Amino acid sequence: MTTGYSLYGWLTGLGRGLLRWLLGWWAVLFTGAQVAVLAFSPSSYGPEARGAVLRHIYHAAGPGLPGFTTLMTLFNVVLIRILVVTAFSYGLTQYALDAVVRVLVLELIPLIAALFVAVEYTIPGGSELYKLRRAGALQLMRASGREPLSHEVLPRVLAGMFAVLLLALLSALISLVLAYVAVHGFTLAGLPSYNHAVGNIFNPVVSMIFCMKTLLFALAVALLPVANALRDIPRRGSRTSVELQGLVQMSVLMLVIEIASLIGNYY
Amino acid sequence: MTEAEPSAVPTSPPAPDAAVADVARVPLRGLELRAALLLILMALLVGAAVLYLMWVRGAFEATQKLYLSADDSEGVVVGMDMSFSGFPIGRVSRIELAEQGSVRIHVDVPVKSARWLRSSSVFTLEKGLVGAARLRAFSGILDDPPLPPGAERMVLRGDVSAEIPKMVADARDVLLNLNRLTGEQSALYATLGEVQRFTRRLNSSQGGLMAAVTGNEADARRVSDLLQRTAQLVKHLDAVTQRVDGVVQRADRQVLGQDGLLTDAQASVRQLGALLQDVRQSVVKVDAVLTEVQAVAGNAREASTDLGALRTDVEASLRKLDALITELNRKWPFAPRDKELRLP
Repeated sequence: MTTGYSLYGWLTGLGRGLLRWLLGWWAVLFTGAQVAVLAFSPSSYGPEARGAVLRHIYHAAGPGLPGFTTLMTLFNVVLIRILVVTAFSYGLTQYALDAVVRVLVLELIPLIAALFVAVEYTIPGGSELYKLRRAGALQLMRASGREPLSHEVLPRVLAGMFAVLLLALLSALISLVLAYVAVHGFTLAGLPSYNHAVGNIFNPVVSMIFCMKTLLFALAVALLPVANALRDIPRRGSRTSVELQGLVQMSVLMLVIEIASLIGNYY
Repeated sequence: MTEAEPSAVPTSPPAPDAAVADVARVPLRGLELRAALLLILMALLVGAAVLYLMWVRGAFEATQKLYLSADDSEGVVVGMDMSFSGFPIGRVSRIELAEQGSVRIHVDVPVKSARWLRSSSVFTLEKGLVGAARLRAFSGILDDPPLPPGAERMVLRGDVSAEIPKMVADARDVLLNLNRLTGEQSALYATLGEVQRFTRRLNSSQGGLMAAVTGNEADARRVSDLLQRTAQLVKHLDAVTQRVDGVVQRADRQVLGQDGLLTDAQASVRQLGALLQDVRQSVVKVDAVLTEVQAVAGNAREASTDLGALRTDVEASLRKLDALITELNRKWPFAPRDKELRLP
C-alpha cells in the first residue's frame, strides 16, 4: 500500500511538474505572440514609444559594441590561427578556410553574440522588469492608460534582438576578413579563390539556416527574460532565481536551436 | 550615456511613482541619434552581406548550361565545383535521374570561363580516399571549336575506393604466402635451421670455420695443411716472380735501352727512308725516260702507218704489173716459154 501511495504521489508530482512546465512555456509563447503583434502594429511606434525603442536599442547594442568586437577579434585571431595551422600541418590546406568559416561564422559567433547580449542586457532588463512588476509599477501604468507591454516589454525585446543581430553580423564580417588575412596574408591575390570558397559555403540552404538560427537565438535571448519577468514562478520568488531560471531556459532553448541548425546543415 | 541606462539596478525596490517617472522619462535626442546610427549601420551591414553573398554565388554573372551524364551520382553534390587545371570554372546546380536510368548533372559554367571548354573536352569524376569527389574538365586541344551552350557529355569515373576490396584480397593472398613461407614446414624455416646449426658449429671451439664448412675436424686439419702448403707455394712463386722481374728488366734495357735493339732499328729505318728517297728519285727519272720512249714509240707507230700505205702502193703496182704480164702473155703470139718475169 505504501509503495502504491508513493507511486501515485510521484506520478501526481510528475504530472503537476509537467503541467507547470507546459504552462510556463505557454506563458512565454503567449507573451512572444503579444510582442510580435505589437511589433508589427504601427500604433506601437508613436513618438514616445519610438523614443523608448531607440533608447533601448542604443543601451542594448551601443555600450557593449566596442568591447565585444575587440574581444571577438582577439578570439577570432586565436581560433583562426589554430585551425589554419592545424589544417596546414595535416596537408589539408584546401579545407582550412572552409573549417574556419563553418566553425566561426556559422556556429560560434551567433552563439557567443547571443550569450553576450543575454548577460549584458536582456537578463538584467528582465530583472528590472520583474522588480517593476513586483513594485506594482506595471499596474500603475495600466491604470494611467499606458500599456506596459508596448512601453516596457516591446522596446526591450526589440533592442535585445537588434543587439544580437548587429553584434553577430559585425563579428561575422570581421571574422571573414581575418580568415582571409590568416590564409592568404596581406595581399589581394587570393581574393577570387576566397570569394569562391565563401560562395561555396554559403549556399542557399546554409544561408537560410544561418539567418534563421541567428534570428531564433535573438528571439530566445530577448524574449525569455522578459516573459519570465511577467509571470510568477512557483517557489522561486527571489530576483536571482528568476535570472537563473531564465538563463537555464535560455540555454536549453539555444541548445535546441543549435542542434536543429546542425541537423539542417550537416545531415 | 549611463544616466539614462534602463538596466541600472537600484539598491532597493523602486517606488511605483519613481517607476512611472522612469518609464515616462524624457527622450534624449543624443541617444536616439546614436540608436539611429546603429540602425543605419545594421542596414548597411545586412545590405552589404546580402550583395556580397549574391555576388560570390554568381548571381550577377551570365552562365551557360552543361549537362553531364554519369552512371552513378555518388560523390556528386549540388554546389560542388567543376575544375579545369585546378581552377573552378563551373558549379553543379542540379542532379537528376534521366529516363534511361543514368544520372544527369546540370553544371552552370560562367560565360567568361566557358572558353576553356572545347568540343573535344573530356570530363571526369574522381573520388579519392580522402576528401570529396572532384569533377574535372580536360581540354587537350584548345584550338578546337568551343563547347556550345547546353552541350551534353559523358563523365568518366575514377574511383579509388572501388579498388580497395581488390587490394585487400591481394594483400590477403600475400599474407597467406608469407605465412606459408614462414611456416614450420616451409623451406625457409628449414634453411634457417640449417643456418642456425652452421653458426652453432662456427661458434664451437672445435675446428672453427673450417670444421663448420667441412663438417669434421680431420677434414679441417687437411684443409689447414693444404693452406699451409699453398702459403709456401705462394712464397716460392713470389721468388720466381722476382727473378722473372729481373729478367724482364734486363730485356728492357737491351731492347729499349740507349744502345738497345730498338735504337738500332730506328737508325736502320731512318737509313731505309733515305734509301727509299733515292729510289723515288730514280723512279722519277725512269718515268721521264719512259715518257720519251713512249714518244718514240708513237713516232714508230706513225712510221709503220706510212709503211702500210707504201706497201699498199707497192701491192697495187705489183697487181698492175701482174695484170700487164698476163695481158702480154695472152696477146703475145710467141709467148715465151719462160713466163717468169724478172724484176730489176
